[in-house]
Amino acid sequence: MSYVAKSPWIIHYDGSSCNGCDIEVLACLTPMYDVERFGIINTGNPKHADVFMITGAVNERNKAVIKQIYDQMPEPKVVVAIGICACSGGIWEECYNVLGGIDKVIPVDCYIPGCAARPEAIIDGVVAGLGVLAGKRERMEKGLDPEGTDEAAPEAAVGAPAGTETAEAEKEAE
Amino acid sequence: MSKRTIIPFGPQHPVLPEPVHLDLVIEDEKVVEAIPSIGFIHRGLEKLVEKKEYTEMVYVIERICGICSFGHGWGCVSAIEGAMDIEVPARADYLRTIWHELSRVHSHLLWLGLLADGFGFESLFNHTWRVREAVLDIFEETTGGRVIFSVCKVGGVRKDIDNATLKGISEKLDEIRKETAELTDVFIEDTSVKNRLCGVGYLSKEDATDLCTVGPMARASGIVQDIRLTGNGVYDDLGFEPCIETAGDCWARCKVRIDEIYASIDLIQRAIEKIPDSEIAVPVKGNFHGEFALRMEQPRGEAFYYAKGFDEPTKYMERMRVRTPTNMNIPAMVKTLQGCDLADVPMNILTIDPCISCTER
Repeated sequence: MSYVAKSPWIIHYDGSSCNGCDIEVLACLTPMYDVERFGIINTGNPKHADVFMITGAVNERNKAVIKQIYDQMPEPKVVVAIGICACSGGIWEECYNVLGGIDKVIPVDCYIPGCAARPEAIIDGVVAGLGVLAGKRERMEKGLDPEGTDEAAPEAAVGAPAGTETAEAEKEAE
Repeated sequence: MSKRTIIPFGPQHPVLPEPVHLDLVIEDEKVVEAIPSIGFIHRGLEKLVEKKEYTEMVYVIERICGICSFGHGWGCVSAIEGAMDIEVPARADYLRTIWHELSRVHSHLLWLGLLADGFGFESLFNHTWRVREAVLDIFEETTGGRVIFSVCKVGGVRKDIDNATLKGISEKLDEIRKETAELTDVFIEDTSVKNRLCGVGYLSKEDATDLCTVGPMARASGIVQDIRLTGNGVYDDLGFEPCIETAGDCWARCKVRIDEIYASIDLIQRAIEKIPDSEIAVPVKGNFHGEFALRMEQPRGEAFYYAKGFDEPTKYMERMRVRTPTNMNIPAMVKTLQGCDLADVPMNILTIDPCISCTER
């Protein structure tokens, strides 16, 4: 990707992470990595955001919060799961209060592994996510459902760990 | 009497990097009562002792918190070493102290940045985090990780730092001290910063004692309490002195942490001068047995670790308990919130240096 048509604004939420990935997300915004030069701004308001960056696994308590933030974001939107906990539950997978990766609750477009995910990896992942975002916008302009999969499908999830089922796939299975 | 309104604060809020929920009962512009509710990050990691062997549990405990991860790892291995009567080589103890104090420098710089962000001083936030990157570079050079190192193991440390690199770190710290001084002058002297911090969130020494506050929060209210004076590590050899302020407001809490950055840099440089040459780890054999408890000074205050084995030694521990500093500071935060202005709520929350993932584990 060499050209970004729109300044993508991000919203960050800490699922149940250990802070390691959170501070790396913030580090991306500070002078060393400085993603603001691409127009990426961290906003606190889901209604202004294009990219939902989420760290940590899903548990019983924050399930509803994640769902609510996702629902408040306007279409088209991209979800980026940061860190191995957000991808699959990671080290917490066996914990009684942890349900697993973010894709148990909302559809995820981009997976960034690592414990903690490095800023370079996060930036790489978000750039990949912007490609997905552009695809979804195109679908919307054609009058299609941006999250749908019928013809001219948006790019498939980037770097999805093998064997991960998305929330939608699970619903279909039911 | 004016009408009371309840304003929900969090779990997703621009000021909070982590989710915690507060119900603020407001009368006009004043907060009458703050009702915290937690549990958004609860994972239940203490229960993992049943599934992870005692040597693996260190890496789980390390991931309680990504900011003071080294300290948690050290607390956990110390509890295990205490229970199993393992003597750690002197060099390992020095290396642990150096990494722990570097963590404190990084944690306090991170917090100063978040505080600046909290009162809307964006450029100060960015500059503080720029300086912090230099500390992270030292971590990356010596351990391979930026925020989570996994370098502490039962019986010692996993990696050695050779003496030439240590000298280089000492020189780099001189530079970090110089750059930090330019920034901390703003926090201490700047009028607009002082307007946001001075006299806000006052906590008296009596209240601080009654509410069991720990760490910089207690030290800012004049309580001389620092586990580094009595706990593990080599602080005795390094001539450690705690940093105390007596004003008890947000500014004092900020000042204590700034002083601690310089104190930590001095400690590291003294440790680098004195570090002995020896092995960095002893072999650990056999199953876990025994029982041990200890306290440690984390960047946010006193943390408590307890490890207990089964009657018959096995690879698993029966119980691993951690009590973290933010947990103890939340009652004091609620106390300072009562009667403050709505606009000062973020300052009151941020100056306890909340680490919610520590609190809820």
